[in-house]
Amino acid sequence: MKMTGAEVVIKALEQEGVEVIFGYPGGAVIPIYDKLYDSSIKHVLVRHEQAAAHAADGYARATGKTGVVIATSGPGATNLVTGIANACMDSIPMVIFTGQVALPAIGRDSFQEADITGITLPIVKHSFLVRDVNKLASTIKAAFQLAGTGRRGPVLIDLPKDIQTAEVEFDYPEQVSFRGYRLPAEPSEAQIYQAVKTIGLSRRPVIYAGGGVIASGAAEELKEFAEKTQIPVTTTLMGKGAIPEDHPLSLGMVGMHGTYYANYAVSHSDLLIAVGARFDDRVTGRLDTFATQAKVIHIDIDAAELGKNVRPHHILNGDAKQVLQELLSRVEIPQTKEWLDQIAVWKKEHPLTYCQDGDKIKPQYVIEKLRELAGEKAIVTTEVGQNQMWAAQYYKVSKPRTFISSGGLGTMGFGLPAAVGAQIGRPDALVISISGDGSFQMNLQELATIVQQQLPIKIIILNNGYLGMVRQWQELFHNKRYSQTKLIPVPDFVKLADAYGIAGYRVKRPEEVGPVLEQALNHPGAVIVDMVIDPEENVYPMVPAGGTLTKMIGV
Amino acid sequence: MRHILAVLVENQPGVLTRVAGLFSRRGYNIESLAVGQTHDPEISRMTIVVDGDDRVIEQVVKQLEKLVDVIDVRDISEAEHVDRELVLIKVKAEPKVRGEIMQIVDIFRARIVDIGHNSLIIECTGDEGKIRAIEKSLKPFGILELVRTGKIAMVRGPKYEEE
Repeated sequence: MKMTGAEVVIKALEQEGVEVIFGYPGGAVIPIYDKLYDSSIKHVLVRHEQAAAHAADGYARATGKTGVVIATSGPGATNLVTGIANACMDSIPMVIFTGQVALPAIGRDSFQEADITGITLPIVKHSFLVRDVNKLASTIKAAFQLAGTGRRGPVLIDLPKDIQTAEVEFDYPEQVSFRGYRLPAEPSEAQIYQAVKTIGLSRRPVIYAGGGVIASGAAEELKEFAEKTQIPVTTTLMGKGAIPEDHPLSLGMVGMHGTYYANYAVSHSDLLIAVGARFDDRVTGRLDTFATQAKVIHIDIDAAELGKNVRPHHILNGDAKQVLQELLSRVEIPQTKEWLDQIAVWKKEHPLTYCQDGDKIKPQYVIEKLRELAGEKAIVTTEVGQNQMWAAQYYKVSKPRTFISSGGLGTMGFGLPAAVGAQIGRPDALVISISGDGSFQMNLQELATIVQQQLPIKIIILNNGYLGMVRQWQELFHNKRYSQTKLIPVPDFVKLADAYGIAGYRVKRPEEVGPVLEQALNHPGAVIVDMVIDPEENVYPMVPAGGTLTKMIGV
Repeated sequence: MRHILAVLVENQPGVLTRVAGLFSRRGYNIESLAVGQTHDPEISRMTIVVDGDDRVIEQVVKQLEKLVDVIDVRDISEAEHVDRELVLIKVKAEPKVRGEIMQIVDIFRARIVDIGHNSLIIECTGDEGKIRAIEKSLKPFGILELVRTGKIAMVRGPKYEEE
């Protein structure tokens, strides 16, 4: 039976088991929306395309499934760009459908025409412009395959309008193969053997775990490996959840705003076992002073990461879960007692600290209180900046996929729509959006989506009236010249909540923090809590950009 | 050091953009890039000459291999190989110097492919040294136009994929 291209899209999505699409209609995707009208697939109507991409991204991070996005041609497509780049930097599986003007109109600067495959070239894992309706089904299969295997990432399909209306016989392939796409073979016996020997001989080893551990579902293996070998674990921002952060072997986060003891442990280690991490500059600081005494074992699914920033002594190219299982099966246990004792001293002498006295609310206190009340099952999303770093430092994560944050791209405005996606994917979970007053205002139109979808998201705004992280840099490195970082007047977020029909609370005094948070978390629907915090509180410790990890400010 | 990369890619629209975009985005320097269809019409072969130390080249190769449309990448600089470039040179040639130019053309086993009123077009194929040498020899007569294809290269002996 023949069907239109638009029907093929919906049918293919059904075959892929897609439960939800995040999107926004427009002229060039009307045929798809017409077919969607009859489909059982849920559609989440956002209020700006950027939010559709972030919501699909948040959905993917919370569930491990591939997020699906639809937007129209031209501005619809270009509005997705930030969201696609964000997913690409953090290796999040996503399939994006964009409408395109009809094939004969392409290249003529037609109304709402944009070369979206060209524009997104550097920020996708792969992209397709469908020129032949006969290839539509296999292209969609290919997109899901590429997005969800290997190092995951966003794949874009540009769909000219006449392809959506053209007729074709539906034939959805089981699998598509590419001559140029190969998943890494597992590391050889010899490579594993050598790595195991090096681990056994080490005395000051540290595991440095990144987002790859979460992506491959290797958190259990990582914990088992750490416990068996008694090697302490530090994570990147993306790796939060790779090991429970209240675990005795956990060192918390490493890097620019990492803990003193994580940065010291890495800097004094004789072996660094990197698992699904890419030695990002926010982690390493100055590369030539980074972990200078350490041998490096680098486990990563992407061969191009091995040796990109740091030269590893042992390369284990493969999926983190599989490689960790291999290592576990023949591991040699190093003697780390002295090392763990040393780390315990660092932990004791230099814990993360802040001081909640006086009548100003400290953001760190809010986060700690929030964690205490929310429990270990809640899913937290963050925005970017101080709110993100306080959350990363003080919100102790126990499980993978419960801490959702824009790592590589550092996208303000990510957290709120990501919370939408997370709540859609995990309807029974308590979903909390930790925000700053600046970031919140970047995508606050999504409150309408939250209301329309009846999502009980708890939005906690750490309101300091500043673009806080930039202000912090200006304070520390630019003589307190607060150029364009004052966001005053901040709108009345409680009234804003009211305008959307959402519960709103304002908290101004430290003693109200606990009771109001409790009330907010127990509220059945969406809530905004406007936490008026100490406006000039900083995130510490801090390694200045390009500095050495052991040279921290604020310890 | 300069490296010659032999890159097999899907013969599809956009592939050249993907490859070229990768080089500019990651800050690698392309010295030359030549591309054309192979005996299999679905596959094109690019010869890319790129300058960089071993670490840079390793990254270039790995990043190229990540592109879905790139089927195979080989750094053939170290292998025994043949490389050639084609150049067309339009040179000023008044009748009284034509004999001299024709001698140069003979020495380089080049060819005259067009004769104009006061100019000649010379076609020459060879490795880089030869191309440089003929260019140098013709320079005194006055080069009006010059176009080069960029280097193409092939490993000697059996088919390189099977090595």
